Amino acid sequence: MIPTAFDYQRATSLDDALAKLSASNGAGKLIAGGHSLVPLMKLRLSEPTMLIDIARIPDLAGIREQDGTLEIGAGTVHHDVATSPVLRQHCPVVADTAATIGDPQVRNRGTLGGSLAHADPAADYPAVMLALDAEIHLRSSTAARVVLARDFFQNVLTVDLAPDEIITAVRFAPVRAASYAKLYQRASRFAIVGVAAALDVSDGVIRSARIGLTGAVSHAVRLTTVEAALAGCEPTSRACAEAARLAGSDLEDINGDIHASETYRRAMIPVFTRRALDGALARLTVQS
Amino acid sequence: MAQVSVTVNGKTHTANVEPRLLLVHFLREQLNLTGTHIGCDTSQCGACTVLVDGRSAKSCTIFAVQADGSEITTIEGLARDGRLHPLQEGFWEEHGLQCGYCTPGMIMSAVDLLNEHPSPTEREIRDGIDGNFCRCTGYEHIVNAIQYAANKR
Repeated sequence: MIPTAFDYQRATSLDDALAKLSASNGAGKLIAGGHSLVPLMKLRLSEPTMLIDIARIPDLAGIREQDGTLEIGAGTVHHDVATSPVLRQHCPVVADTAATIGDPQVRNRGTLGGSLAHADPAADYPAVMLALDAEIHLRSSTAARVVLARDFFQNVLTVDLAPDEIITAVRFAPVRAASYAKLYQRASRFAIVGVAAALDVSDGVIRSARIGLTGAVSHAVRLTTVEAALAGCEPTSRACAEAARLAGSDLEDINGDIHASETYRRAMIPVFTRRALDGALARLTVQS
Repeated sequence: MAQVSVTVNGKTHTANVEPRLLLVHFLREQLNLTGTHIGCDTSQCGACTVLVDGRSAKSCTIFAVQADGSEITTIEGLARDGRLHPLQEGFWEEHGLQCGYCTPGMIMSAVDLLNEHPSPTEREIRDGIDGNFCRCTGYEHIVNAIQYAANKR
């Protein structure tokens, strides 16, 4: 399958990429790993006339810890997230999630920023970014801004990102008691339903819970009803099971496709919410 | 047109290509390295797997221009002085193929796997070839072939 013709430029720095993007007057499309974009171009579902390659910009990739906050550069490939010692130690849910994406070859090329910008309804990262209440850092040639994950994902393949902006990094406070549970589409490894849960527990009480859901509706969303039900509970498997029952009950327009019907997806949301919560509880036990 | 310079199996090639030329087509049609196969052409089956700067990648999902300046290893680059690579020998000895179509990609994924996990468990081997489909063997002999190579190194 051959994409339509396009011009290609390689950016040597972030400023260079932003200048090229700005000069393209909306024609420029960014490519990093290309593992969402190239398949779409081959099917001619996407026909950009100019690609700006940001894969080799120094400092756009990498995982850093600073003042108790973790930062992952947008150009970091899934493999490097999945195998990061810093993430494994401080916030293993992110590494776990990256390890479930696609297959080894996909994880060697696909990037965090690319996944977030593309915002496939069944992508894994959006759920965990919601559960971590992550900040998504953006740059244009004239300004920098920060969007919270809960405001970033807006609709099918639609995010709060202007044509002249680049995602540079995500930042979040690490949470150890967090876990991701996913019902795999067996061939593609996309999430039929994927749930990321993060718990804030002190003095034997769940102070707050954040739960991100992917795969089920047009874009990743927080399960606020379950979060509210958990607040103030003891961190027990029983409390989590009770709260998980509510998962998805207030969602409309659940996806149905050849991989799973709407009814099946709806039935699986509480199941995988409970598994994600149990996973988070297990990490809480290990921690204390 | 764009100029691409890549080192493939230790030899540097420079060419002018259309930006939309896929790496797999560049390897097969311009360099005549037809050991890398095109299977599904949709980033799933892994028949087109090569190493790009040491990491396994699906060459049907990379434009040749993206690989500019990279080191690429294909199945043709594994044997040394007429002697098979341990993985090639393993696939021979353990009957790790039937039709052979998936084999080059399977072996290139296994090279990456063994670089990362020199003594892999069966689970690690199966995860390592998760991105490669074989429609003949049921994978048992492929897993054995990779284990053979791991034991030999």
